[in-house]
Amino acid sequence: MLAVPALGALALLLPAARFLPTDTAVRRYGAAVTGITLLPALLAAAAFDHGDPRRMQLEFDRAWAPAIDLRFHLGVDGVSLPLVLLTALLTFLCLVYTLRHPPQGGSARLLIASVLVLEVGMLGTFVALDLLLFFVFFEVVLIPMYLVIALWGGAGRRAAAWKFILYTLLGSGLLLAGLLVVGTNAGTLDMTALAEAPGQGLTRTAQITAFALIGLGLAIKVPMWPLHTWLPDAHTEAPTIGSVLLAGVLLKMGTYGLVRIALPAAPEGAVVWAPWLGLMAVIGIVYGALACLAQRDLKRLIAYSSIGHMGFVLLGIATLTPVGVNAALLGNIAHGLITGLLFFLAGGVKDRYGTGELDSLGGGMLTKAPLLASFLTFASVASLGLPGLAGFWGEMLALLGAYRPAEALPRETFVTFMAVGALGAVLTAAYFLRLLAKITHGPVAEHRRRDALPGLTLAEYAAWVPLVALTLLVGLWPKLLLDLTTAPVTALLGGG
Amino acid sequence: MIQSIDYAAIAPPLIVAVAAIGLLLADAFGASARLLGAASCGAVGAALAAVAALAAGDRRATFCLPEGLRAGGPPSCSYVTDDFTLIFQGVVLLAALVVVLLSLEEITAPGARLPAGEFHFLLLAAIAGALTLVAARDLVLLVVALETLSLPVFALVALRRRDGVATEAALKLFLVSVTSTAVMLLGVSLVYGVTGAMHLDRVAPALERVPGELEPVAALGVVLVLAGFAFKVAAVPFHFWAPDVYQGAPLPVAAFLSVVSKAAAFAGLAIVVALGLPAYAHVWGPVLAVLAAVTMTAGNLVALRQRSAIRLLAWSSIAQSGYMLAPLAVGDRRLPEAVAATVAYVAIYAVMNIGAFAVVIGFRRRAGAPPAGPAPAWDSLDDYRGLARRHPGTAAAMAFFLICLAGLPPGVMGLFAKIVVFRATVAGGVTWLAVVMAVNTVIGLYYYLAWAARLFAAPAGRVGPMPRTPALRAAIAAAAAGALVLSAAPQLVLQAASATM
Repeated sequence: MLAVPALGALALLLPAARFLPTDTAVRRYGAAVTGITLLPALLAAAAFDHGDPRRMQLEFDRAWAPAIDLRFHLGVDGVSLPLVLLTALLTFLCLVYTLRHPPQGGSARLLIASVLVLEVGMLGTFVALDLLLFFVFFEVVLIPMYLVIALWGGAGRRAAAWKFILYTLLGSGLLLAGLLVVGTNAGTLDMTALAEAPGQGLTRTAQITAFALIGLGLAIKVPMWPLHTWLPDAHTEAPTIGSVLLAGVLLKMGTYGLVRIALPAAPEGAVVWAPWLGLMAVIGIVYGALACLAQRDLKRLIAYSSIGHMGFVLLGIATLTPVGVNAALLGNIAHGLITGLLFFLAGGVKDRYGTGELDSLGGGMLTKAPLLASFLTFASVASLGLPGLAGFWGEMLALLGAYRPAEALPRETFVTFMAVGALGAVLTAAYFLRLLAKITHGPVAEHRRRDALPGLTLAEYAAWVPLVALTLLVGLWPKLLLDLTTAPVTALLGGG
Repeated sequence: MIQSIDYAAIAPPLIVAVAAIGLLLADAFGASARLLGAASCGAVGAALAAVAALAAGDRRATFCLPEGLRAGGPPSCSYVTDDFTLIFQGVVLLAALVVVLLSLEEITAPGARLPAGEFHFLLLAAIAGALTLVAARDLVLLVVALETLSLPVFALVALRRRDGVATEAALKLFLVSVTSTAVMLLGVSLVYGVTGAMHLDRVAPALERVPGELEPVAALGVVLVLAGFAFKVAAVPFHFWAPDVYQGAPLPVAAFLSVVSKAAAFAGLAIVVALGLPAYAHVWGPVLAVLAAVTMTAGNLVALRQRSAIRLLAWSSIAQSGYMLAPLAVGDRRLPEAVAATVAYVAIYAVMNIGAFAVVIGFRRRAGAPPAGPAPAWDSLDDYRGLARRHPGTAAAMAFFLICLAGLPPGVMGLFAKIVVFRATVAGGVTWLAVVMAVNTVIGLYYYLAWAARLFAAPAGRVGPMPRTPALRAAIAAAAAGALVLSAAPQLVLQAASATM
């Protein structure tokens, strides 16, 4: 599954004259390669033993650099399988969307090659079972994403791309230091071995240091307030597919790392830092919501809403209970689907209206472009957490987890977090409804009366409908995901 | 009381030294520059073959103390050919081969010609010094080899006649080098005075038994010995010569200084601290830690301001020295692992840096570039804009080398080098240094990536074509091939490195 996009990217190095001469051909090739990648992912889901999701399945283990104990050890379990499917699906949908709506700015070859390398990195992060292998794949995504933002982005793309890569690389450096503290003290780099013996070999101080370093490194990626400042610029300036992949997948890599590595390897460190993590998480929820209320640009609003949603995910992780962490993982998937859809829609709006400024968009989209407005309404209410759609479960279960955190944690603090988080959820509803009121309802603005907006293309339908369907599915039947994640989460938290 | 000499063990430096003298004589009898160049390559190649043959055999040692002089101690040998020596000799010779290839055209370039015989003689003499340095296990031989490595380079830097900048650079190099050698000799003499031994395997146990009142003397000696090596690797605050010398010297000589000289000096440093001075790890450990942290930070921060390609490479080399020093800061906690990490980083750094220099040298000779000679102009970073249009392969190779130096995928080789160094520092208990290194990696990425991005940007003016001489192409291709192989199979280097010591 990893080999397909890797080989696909390498094939693009061949000179253009011989292989895929036109841009359209390259884009079709890209969609085909990612479609082919989706197949093994689906097959893996089918072959997965759903009766035993905590066991690492479909493993592949080969030594890569024995001198530093690095093994090419891959595998999926209940926690990683949904993320792998999400990644493969989103990348495929992105390249299908690109068939008709390519971003302007550079050669299509380089774009498709970057996305394919990005896919290798993203998939690799979720299936890696060796700490350093995880780190290598974590780093692989940096340069392709930098290229995507810097070459195909909006007006402020240079600065946004630099901010993204430098800030995230700093996080990676701290992450590496933390991973090595774990690896050298525990004597192994293998995640399965570390999960079986939580905290083995690490003194309390070492655990606290390791969790702090890994946590800080991943917190930049998640992003956790106050380390989030790279996100709004990166999301706003990136082209549509860049934003979708950034929000839909890259942010998940951070929270996945916390659940997969930091929790089992340094449980005492987790207990020490969890209240701080919860505090930053709820500040992020409220801050994200308040910032959204003040935004004037559609994409920036969605970017800040990501900060809020990831705050819920972090709150779930901070509770250190099965309920909380399950909520976090479900929130991950839900956020990936919904925010991915939101960014696609923002791209659609920008293509048609030529801008993302809310004031310039005016109102009355339901009159002018009813289908687009309906999709936007659906995505917004899903994002604000309407029951029956995927976002609701992530938020509600996170708050439920905060009501009853792990025994070692101060209950009063977490109940306060829960109250503040609930307030944040109300604010989330406020800004999304404000957004809808502003641009979809009401009369069409004067300067837009005579605009003729094209309808939805087949590529857009193809990209958006699966996301809508999955959001409904997960919202109505969360058991689908909770069954997969419950057992491994209990194991990772040391429940045995 | 005559020492026996094992000629097989000292074959590599011997071959190179004999070739050096032979080339000088041949030049006196009128051999052409082409012939001298070919012979030089041949000599380096022959030495490489000798190293390979030695690698297949057992550990050899020569210049050992004869029976009567041992005084009940171990048979201390001055020149030892073990895994550590062989891996460094291999790295030095491969890098030197690339330097020789790159210098072939430099010698015959119109404008300011370099005297071919003298150039090759000096270069081979320096290489012989480097080969001896990595095999030395005795303080006297270390100093002699270090000098043999340094002295010819002064002349090489100044070799271009009537070039004021080059002469100034050579003088700077000479003065700093002589001062640091003097300091180092003082340190060596203090250590000798305290321990009564010069061979490192006798110095180590003697240092453990130093009487209390002599401990400050021993500590001072240890620190002063480090000074000589710190100068050679351009660690802060002994780094001031590097940017000016790289800029003033002929570029292949700068490449030699940056890769070969540095690799040999790191080998010497590792030998001294790990074999000779482990008893004083509580002294040199923190000193090296601070040196490493300051070196990488200063190197990266100043590199951010550079506009000239060669000065950027000079400051980036200084920063990379900091990364290479970091594992040795662990003191005596898991020192073998730390030395292996330094060895691995040096080997990987040699490949990526020599590749970057090869491209910079080729670019310098492009059609339409300001000619070499008195008051030459240096290529600024903006001159590289749009190189990918004309030379996509070279631009891709350069971008790859730069990303390896930055330590990010797809430069997986550089990433592994960084991981290995991080691992050694964390395992040795100097985690703060790992955090400093993490921050420095970010600073480094900025200027490496900015340069790599320029290669693919739209060209500002017309970019003249780079020369298509076989030597240059071979040099760039070899470095790129090495980089790709090591990225896919890093255990080749890592395995060899961990087998040392």
